[in-house]
Amino acid sequence: MAGKNAPPEINASSMADIAFLLLVFFLVTTTMDSDLGLSRLLPPPLPPEIEKPPQIKDRNIFEVLVNSNDQLLVEGDIMQIAELTEATKEFVGNPSNDESLPEKELKEVDFFGNVEVSKQVISLQNDNGTSYNMYIQVQNELARAYNELRNELSMEKFGKTYDFFLETGDKDRVKAIRKIYPQRISEAEPKNVGGAQ
Amino acid sequence: MSKFNKDKEKATPQVSTASLPDIVFMLLFFFMVSTVMREVDLKVKMEPPEATEIKKLENKNLVNYIYIGTPLETKIFGTSPRIQLNDAFANVKDVQPYIIGKREEVNEAEIPLLTTSLKVDGDTEMGIVTDVKQELREVQALKISYSTREKVVKQ
Repeated sequence: MAGKNAPPEINASSMADIAFLLLVFFLVTTTMDSDLGLSRLLPPPLPPEIEKPPQIKDRNIFEVLVNSNDQLLVEGDIMQIAELTEATKEFVGNPSNDESLPEKELKEVDFFGNVEVSKQVISLQNDNGTSYNMYIQVQNELARAYNELRNELSMEKFGKTYDFFLETGDKDRVKAIRKIYPQRISEAEPKNVGGAQ
Repeated sequence: MSKFNKDKEKATPQVSTASLPDIVFMLLFFFMVSTVMREVDLKVKMEPPEATEIKKLENKNLVNYIYIGTPLETKIFGTSPRIQLNDAFANVKDVQPYIIGKREEVNEAEIPLLTTSLKVDGDTEMGIVTDVKQELREVQALKISYSTREKVVKQ
């Protein structure tokens, strides 16, 4: 009867495996709902006494219109969304110093010395009927144009991309690059651009 | 006598692993409890658009969410896009009080850091979004983020 006094222990070593399995499952599946998005800064509200907005030369403005059928009109021409980034880069960079593209002025920037900085402004207007999908796509393409230009400039000067400096938190270099290619996307006061339904 | 013989045969006693599951379970419960999403019950359809040039929103305590989309229960609430604040539908007029209320919850020094995350369904028309943006401008909540999904870039 000696055997009955000491009942055989249940092998609990596999319990750990099961628990580990559950643990890994929860670790993997509960990915924090990380909120990703396009960050923008809204313009402050207009002062009640209406001043005339500062006049900007026509050549410095890149006009992007989106109508309620999600069609793009860029500088008076119909354009596909895929072409927008290139057109924006061409406009903002103005590599050939074209007369019809924005003016440049000399500015002193850290690391770069005196550089010609373009006076570009992008004017984005959308209709009330524009779909949010289209709007975000346009915003995204415009942001991509700036980011690509910044990356190219950064590669040329420092041998590293702009994204790299952003990630490593090199604020001085990021600031300098941003000064050369400032992201100026102006959204007009809402109005109906039109487009038949 | 055979009993004693058996004992002698065992050279080293096994390390008891019986407490291992307890430790792991403790970890498990820790993760299960700590990763609770403070996510509101969505009452609107939410399929955010995709984008590539996106940034992660950093301090979650300083983010206010505004949801816009067509109601899920179209039979009750209709099909026109609605705004959802916290757990309830709201009007455009409710946006300003909502932001002001959220401001009171945070430290005064952190108010300028407050970001408003616009979670908007892709099929929504811009009209309602523009209205909300105008409200945000008026209440000086200028930092916004258009919530998007990350687009997988085909190379």
